[in-house]
Amino acid sequence: MTSDITLTLQETIQHAAATRTSLKIVGGNTKAFYGRLIQGQILNVADHRGVINYEPSELVITARAGTPLQDISETLATHGQCLPFEPPYFGTAATLGGTIACGFSGPSRPYLGAARDFVLGVKCINGKGEILRFGGQVMKNVAGYDISRLMVGALGTLGVLLEISCKVLPRPAEETTLVLPATLTPAIQQMMYWGNQTVPLTASCYDGDKLLLRLSGTSIQSAVQKIPGDVWPAGDSFWEELREHRLPFFTRGSLPLWRLSVPPMIPRLKLPGNPIVEWGGALRWLRSELPADTIRTAVTEVGGHATLFRGGNRRGDVFQPLPAPLLKLHRRLKEQFDPHGILNPQKLTDQI
Amino acid sequence: MFSQLYRFLPKDSVLLSDEAVRPYECDGLSAYTQRPGAVVLPNTLEEVRKVLQFCHRRKIPVVARGAGTSLSGGALPHKEGILLSLAKFNRILKIDPISRTAQVEPGVRNLAISQAAAPFGLYYAPDPSSQIACTIGGNVAENAGGVHCLKYGLTVHNILELKVFTIDGEWLTIGSQALDSPGYDLLALMTGSEGLLGIIMEVTVKLLPKPEQVQVLLAAFDDITKAGTAVADIIAAGIIPAGLEMMDNAALRAAEEFVKVGYPVEAQAILLCEIDGNTEAVNKQVAQVTTLLEHAGAQEIRLAENEQQRLQFWAGRKSAFPAVGRLSPDYYCMDGTIPRKHLATVLERISELSKTYGLRVANVFHAGDGNLHPLILFDANQPGELQRAEEFGGKILELCVEVGGTITGEHGVGMEKLNQMCVQFNAAELTQFHAVKTAFDPDRLLNPEKAIPTLHRCAEFGAMHVHHGQLRFPELERF
Repeated sequence: MTSDITLTLQETIQHAAATRTSLKIVGGNTKAFYGRLIQGQILNVADHRGVINYEPSELVITARAGTPLQDISETLATHGQCLPFEPPYFGTAATLGGTIACGFSGPSRPYLGAARDFVLGVKCINGKGEILRFGGQVMKNVAGYDISRLMVGALGTLGVLLEISCKVLPRPAEETTLVLPATLTPAIQQMMYWGNQTVPLTASCYDGDKLLLRLSGTSIQSAVQKIPGDVWPAGDSFWEELREHRLPFFTRGSLPLWRLSVPPMIPRLKLPGNPIVEWGGALRWLRSELPADTIRTAVTEVGGHATLFRGGNRRGDVFQPLPAPLLKLHRRLKEQFDPHGILNPQKLTDQI
Repeated sequence: MFSQLYRFLPKDSVLLSDEAVRPYECDGLSAYTQRPGAVVLPNTLEEVRKVLQFCHRRKIPVVARGAGTSLSGGALPHKEGILLSLAKFNRILKIDPISRTAQVEPGVRNLAISQAAAPFGLYYAPDPSSQIACTIGGNVAENAGGVHCLKYGLTVHNILELKVFTIDGEWLTIGSQALDSPGYDLLALMTGSEGLLGIIMEVTVKLLPKPEQVQVLLAAFDDITKAGTAVADIIAAGIIPAGLEMMDNAALRAAEEFVKVGYPVEAQAILLCEIDGNTEAVNKQVAQVTTLLEHAGAQEIRLAENEQQRLQFWAGRKSAFPAVGRLSPDYYCMDGTIPRKHLATVLERISELSKTYGLRVANVFHAGDGNLHPLILFDANQPGELQRAEEFGGKILELCVEVGGTITGEHGVGMEKLNQMCVQFNAAELTQFHAVKTAFDPDRLLNPEKAIPTLHRCAEFGAMHVHHGQLRFPELERF
């Protein structure tokens, strides 16, 4: 199913710019929990959908922003390919545009790259209602500033995504998950250790009582033998449950969920609670109702940052507040893309 | 006015005389020369900050320079400006084998990072041809690539954190030692911004474990189209080679004459295909690739038997530019990227243009990621030849855009490709680029007049080059 509503979207944005009307950009509405809670007239992008161009031997797919992620995934699978950053869906209606606007990446992120690493180009509408194209459909492209990647994770505050071109890769021929008994700090050390070896590691997780490592690629059996763990038959479903936050850790209780992004080798943080650790140690999930400042202080001390991912006070600073000079730059950039502040205003901070 | 620099810089860190600034008059693109008002070589961060604040107050242009290997005039000085050499910032601050990162100053050479990481079994992946000379600061500014991009990415995929001075001397940390940071992805925006947004003073790069096994295949074809088919077949088979390079007859002959590595000089094209990873995986994929190459019609396939031969296979490719340089007094290196499927058409059109302009051309091609480097041979001492070469080059880049590609894959726009930017982007897009610049540097002091053309320049250029019968930038007056 394809439909092109570029002109409708453009007219709506132009009108909103003229009347200074705040717009709330919605795709599949699966990630509404993320970012700050905002008000605005709904701008529905879900009807702007369809794969525009896909040639497996070029390793590139271009699709409209409202295309369901599921459709992209199925199209790629037909040719044995995939989006290597393993994006989480958080619901079947998830769209490519929403995924890129949120900049979400899954378990493979430290080993294969993040969403931003696979974005080659975008077509978007800025806050003035102008249709703009940046980047392209080729792997290497340094013409102009890299605005395509700037859009990744910007939560629509710089522009409404219309089309996205992504680099794709072959799905691995073989995949095995190994399980090792471990406690938190040794688990992180093991992740670091195996990350330094020449084994084709593509995911790692300490789930609270064991360490799981995933190897993927061609002829991986000798690498599997090197790691002193047992094969975990439920590996595939484990990584999916982790990616989609369906493990009991994520679903049980109502404590806010914090996403802590830290330098990977940091051992246990000075925070109570048992986190889930993934990304080779660089990503820690914590359920905690401690004050935001307490959590942020502990994480900043070690060079990381903390995001209130789900729950808690969604009208406050859900993202780590930026240092003054960076905040100033962010405000100026926002002004240059969306001078009237109509695109998802205050989604990122109380000003942007 | 520049003598005031002595107030905060040591005497030997300021070059003012015509003679002293002359070595800085051009970078790797020697067709453009310009002597700067002054050259400064600060020793400390505080000195850099003072230089920037001095320039900011007096509205003096600043052009940053590393090793000066840019192929697009990115480090070409500004006549009334200061050339800021970062050559003295050449220390490797830290190699951390546990987190697999290196923290380095901007003047550290690309290859020096891999050399320093080698004792830990690690290396830095992006490897531009100039890697023995080019610096990491310049690599970040240009988003440099190399021959291993398809599998290992460009500079933007291999850095974690930057420390940057803004034009008003503010110190920013962009990115982090973690895998992401809050707010917009300024790390991506800074990478490839060609020195227009800030001065890069420190870079944290990612290091990778050296692969267990590396193998290289060399395949010879009697028809360049067959070589192109082989490339598509390899990728369609689900194989991502570490390197996949193509050279046409002119390029491989030049390389062979230069380095004598035994390239098959009768071939119309050769492919170099490097596979790395675990021994078993490499062996399996080498067998697969060999079959695919045979099916695509390769006349000869060689597997490098040892490390020495592997390096020899690469030596020819890596010396292609200087090798072609021996064929002709001058050459002009282009840098377009195209969807690979259009390779045959594009090469055919380049060959036609070669006849039209009466200038020979040799092609080297990062075939895996579609990045084409046609080398146009000319003699700058022959009246009009440089101009013809530039025009020919411009046509090639416009052709790349026409087939859905881009005017620059890894060398940057710099001074060189400003006109072609008008072909690739429309007025609203160029205006948005200028707006990004305004957010960082409202007075346009950092590397001014580079990378993004003014709309007036495009209007003038458009008057000469009417694209598909449509006048671009119709809203602007012509002169």
